[in-house]
Amino acid sequence: MSTTEKKTTAMSSDHSGSYLSVRDLVVHFPTSDGVVKATDGLSYTVDRGKTLGIVGESGSGKSVSSSAILGLHRGTNAQVSGEILLDGVDLLTLGDEQMRRRRGKDVAMIFQDPLSAMHPYYTVGNQIAEAYRVHNRVSRKAARARTIEMLDRVGIPNPDRRVDDYPHQFSGGMRQRAMIAMSLINDPGLLIADEPTTALDVTVQAQILDLLQDLQKEFNSAIVIITHDLGVVAEMADDVLVMYAGRAVEYGPTKEILVRPEMPYTWGLLSSVPDVVGDTDAKLIPIKGNPPSLLNPPTGCAFHPRCAHRDKVPGNLCFTQLPDLTPAAAGGTHTKRCHIANPDEVYVAEVLPEIAPDLVEEQQR
Amino acid sequence: MFAYIVRRVVIGVVLLIVMSLVTFLLFFSGAFDPARNACGKVCSPAQIEQTSKALGYDKPILTQWGSFLGGIATGRDYPLDKSVREANPELVTHCAAPCLGYSMVNTDTVNHLLKSAIPISFSIALVAFVFWIIGGLLFGIIAAMTKGSFLDRGIVGFSLIFYAFPTFVIGLLLLRFVAIRWGIFQLPVYVPLTQNPSLWFTNLVLPSITLALFYMAGYARMSRTFIIESSGEDYVRTAKAKGVKRVPLILKHTLRAALTPLVTMAGLDLAILLGGAIITEDVFSFHGLGLLAVTSNSRQDLPTLVGIVLLLSTFVIVANIIVDILYAFIDPRVRLD
Repeated sequence: MSTTEKKTTAMSSDHSGSYLSVRDLVVHFPTSDGVVKATDGLSYTVDRGKTLGIVGESGSGKSVSSSAILGLHRGTNAQVSGEILLDGVDLLTLGDEQMRRRRGKDVAMIFQDPLSAMHPYYTVGNQIAEAYRVHNRVSRKAARARTIEMLDRVGIPNPDRRVDDYPHQFSGGMRQRAMIAMSLINDPGLLIADEPTTALDVTVQAQILDLLQDLQKEFNSAIVIITHDLGVVAEMADDVLVMYAGRAVEYGPTKEILVRPEMPYTWGLLSSVPDVVGDTDAKLIPIKGNPPSLLNPPTGCAFHPRCAHRDKVPGNLCFTQLPDLTPAAAGGTHTKRCHIANPDEVYVAEVLPEIAPDLVEEQQR
Repeated sequence: MFAYIVRRVVIGVVLLIVMSLVTFLLFFSGAFDPARNACGKVCSPAQIEQTSKALGYDKPILTQWGSFLGGIATGRDYPLDKSVREANPELVTHCAAPCLGYSMVNTDTVNHLLKSAIPISFSIALVAFVFWIIGGLLFGIIAAMTKGSFLDRGIVGFSLIFYAFPTFVIGLLLLRFVAIRWGIFQLPVYVPLTQNPSLWFTNLVLPSITLALFYMAGYARMSRTFIIESSGEDYVRTAKAKGVKRVPLILKHTLRAALTPLVTMAGLDLAILLGGAIITEDVFSFHGLGLLAVTSNSRQDLPTLVGIVLLLSTFVIVANIIVDILYAFIDPRVRLD
């Protein structure tokens, strides 16, 4: 423990407040066709008890960057560089065995599809207890008791009976509850939830998110939630990181990002969200085109081929120069990666009336 | 579960009856006269007719098949014709149920022939099975764990060589060097297990290795592929994310899933080998079912051939049922009903 403390003071003097601090994270996969730049210079911080939402389309590098925190790329040909400071210790400098000891104990992960993420041949209880026994020298009986306690905590009825069921005997929502029990059994400081509700029913989604929030309060853990659902972000996250082509394009407090987004890609994501109680005049505008190839990302701003606002930038800056992550017009900790000079005005004048006409009316009144 | 097994057994029996009809029709209504074959090389037409009557070949083919099935149920007495039996009581041979016929070529019942061959084939097959499963899995796991390394490539390369090498070459090389030149083992002779277990085993080592190498090569490659495949599964990633150590990760999570298809193949391969390993038995002169099939074939000993075909079919059908039942134990998602 003393060595950890020493490292803490030595290595994270400049951002000692954050439990997780990712700096310039790069994950590259060399392939025969070239280098796939899945994550290219990603930085963010999360405090204990706080939630960061990472949003983006499939293939924007959300999951890859998060798996890197757990060191799941070790033993593959992935090239990972940068810094991942967890409680002041750079996880990328740890040996494989040291990293293994932290997996599931200090950092745990919940996966998207709980059916395929659980082993079909072992009982739910066996798999949860395994997570406990890997990190704690306890008897089978004690691990089982702890497992039943955790199943009860995540709201599984008759946990003392259901502990011996196989994953296929659980419903989708119950499986995800069991996954949550598995990930929290060692009381990890950081929980990464990779699209935890994508594979679930809408009604169950809300229950799972509620459960996660409850447990976060109880365990005071930091949560990184990966999603493409802005509804989930609005519900869960304190901060939002919008990813595009392996980079952060907008990063800041959730309220700021959802109310005053300044990057056309974020506008696109917001326009793609249907709103059941909203105005029926509101248009659902998908972002045209496909996510870019990470093998040959577009020059300049990676979003320019799909950007409807690129003509607002003088010259061909969007095509030639990658914009820096700069403070937003609104100020604060909100940053964005865009060449447009007055994105806040463009949003209010052009984007908002399209996606939320009722909101505009309200403001005018 | 019980109802499932009963249903499978009933289907299996029906399958065997159909199988017996097909082989019967193929062999006994084929190009050559079974009575002429049974009688021998120099036979007068009268003798042939006598043989035909004694063995029932003068009756219509379906009647012959019917009495063959009856013989399996209740046993038969040879010669089949009652008047012949009464005229020559010293020739009468009783063939107890399940009677599979009488081989004139060997002047013995088919049951008796099979009974002496079965333990030999079973011994070779079972010992080889143990060798190839242990070796195949071991090399498969090592290769999968060191995927891409020289060790992995070496295992894959060697398994390709053994897979491609003709069994008789391996058998003859083992005989020539291990048994004759170096004298590590004696020239293998079959010793019954009940007579001397240690001699039984040492005499089986060479033929079993000969047989096992081919299968071991195949199983090493298959288990390597299955392990690599299942190590990409989400649940293996989950286990890794839990912090499970490398060895339990492979044995408990990856291998368990990879075993399922291997169990199916191992069960069926063993069943086929129980019916005799023709080349291996030939090289080592072990008179098992494989060699019996070859000699019966070259001597056109039809009743013995029919018996062997039916026995082999039974093995395969039983192995299928066992594999399906095993499946329910391996994979909790499988329900037998």
